[in-house]
Amino acid sequence: MKEVGKYFIFLGNLFVNRESFKTHYKLVIDECVLIGLNSIMLFMLVSTFMGAVTTVQTAFNLVAPYIPKYVISQVVREMTVLELAPTIMAIIFAGKVGSSMAGNLGTMRITEQVDALEVMGINSISYLVLPKIIASVIMYPLLVIVSGVCALLGGYLVGSLTGVISPTDYIFGIRFVFNEFTITFALIKATVFAFLVSSISSFKGYYTEGGALEVGQSSTQAVTTSVIAILIADYLLAQLLLSPA
Amino acid sequence: MIEVQHISKSFGDRKVIKDISGSFQKGKPNLIIGASGTGKSVLLKCIVEIVEPDEGLVFFDRRNFTEGDRNLKIEVRREIGMLFQGGALFDSKTVQDNVKFPLDLLAKMPKDEKLDRVNFCLKRVGLLNVNSKMPSELSGGMKKRVGIARAIVNNPKYLFCDEPNSGLDPQTSILIDELIQDITEDYDTTTIVVTHDMNSVMGIGENIMFIYKGEKLWEGNRNDVIHSGVKELDDFVFANKIMLGMKGK
Repeated sequence: MKEVGKYFIFLGNLFVNRESFKTHYKLVIDECVLIGLNSIMLFMLVSTFMGAVTTVQTAFNLVAPYIPKYVISQVVREMTVLELAPTIMAIIFAGKVGSSMAGNLGTMRITEQVDALEVMGINSISYLVLPKIIASVIMYPLLVIVSGVCALLGGYLVGSLTGVISPTDYIFGIRFVFNEFTITFALIKATVFAFLVSSISSFKGYYTEGGALEVGQSSTQAVTTSVIAILIADYLLAQLLLSPA
Repeated sequence: MIEVQHISKSFGDRKVIKDISGSFQKGKPNLIIGASGTGKSVLLKCIVEIVEPDEGLVFFDRRNFTEGDRNLKIEVRREIGMLFQGGALFDSKTVQDNVKFPLDLLAKMPKDEKLDRVNFCLKRVGLLNVNSKMPSELSGGMKKRVGIARAIVNNPKYLFCDEPNSGLDPQTSILIDELIQDITEDYDTTTIVVTHDMNSVMGIGENIMFIYKGEKLWEGNRNDVIHSGVKELDDFVFANKIMLGMKGK
């Protein structure tokens, strides 16, 4: 509980004695490049294969002849938009970006770079962490959109190449009884997950004590805690936004 | 002048600073000396409140820093320059950007003026043509010098140096000591240097505070340090045989 309290105080300090908008703007842009552009290839690769595998496995399971083929792409769509793109990618996001954030801040802490900022009268939490959180909240939903598109394309390619579903059936299934709210829901989840991963990872990194070993431990803890937080938030959001009134 | 009154600090059950009081004068280097692990760096960090003391007060030119509000703390901190043990240079920034950093965030001056100031400070610490280098490309001594340049770039009223010559060869150590002394005298700063290097003590120790197991045991200057009559200080000073020879003379 003490750790949770410390986390909320940490979040409160993000907005105290901030530097100018111009300073933060530059930092946010730098972080957007680091978080977004440096992750996009990994996200595209993982989601393309994820879409492909989902298509093949769904086709393998739908053996009844009276089930139309387009159901395969309908299932792929629902799984991708509702869960695979926002949630599974968030776990990858925690592993790649979260651990890097924790490692970066942890190293800055043990090499006294954080202290150097504090001595200059700069709020180190706001200066170092706020840009990471803002950049994550901007970039991760965009990555989720790219990821969703790649997963659907991966399914389309594999379906067409292996013949498990024709391109016409695949596109029909993608568009059949499509509920737009699932996109909104995915983006809400993406925003929440981005905030959780970036803030938890920064928190773990910022309060690192010791040496190189502890920096490694902070990175591991950042990923573990972020993943747990993602799964809890995933359930709560589903319950809150998808359950019938 | 910086004044500390009854500073104490514990980490868990371990009391590392025990009721230390004293004052640090303007315009001359003030040294906090003692063996490793006696709490010198913790005391320094308590003074600037990187580590919050459990008890005691710190005054910067009669301004109560410990009990001051957030604005006072920011105001005082913006008058501080600090050199950390490892230099604490920002890894992702070049030497020039590291030195310019306090100006970018805290000073309102045109870009050209900032660059002039950066080059002046780098020249002052004897570093030329290193502006575009990254900290990882610098030697230990160069890192310390860049750290000093960053510490003085904003014309600080107070300069803190935590083990400025640890890990450096004797020649570079002397250069760093002389640099600190020159800067202190030229800019009339209140300088506090934490060290366990006897060369520094004998070279620039005009006002020395000796700490032993978290307690202040002695205060004086370099002329008195070898005749203090304090056993713990003698043990510390004469651990070096050269110093023992000096005592004989």
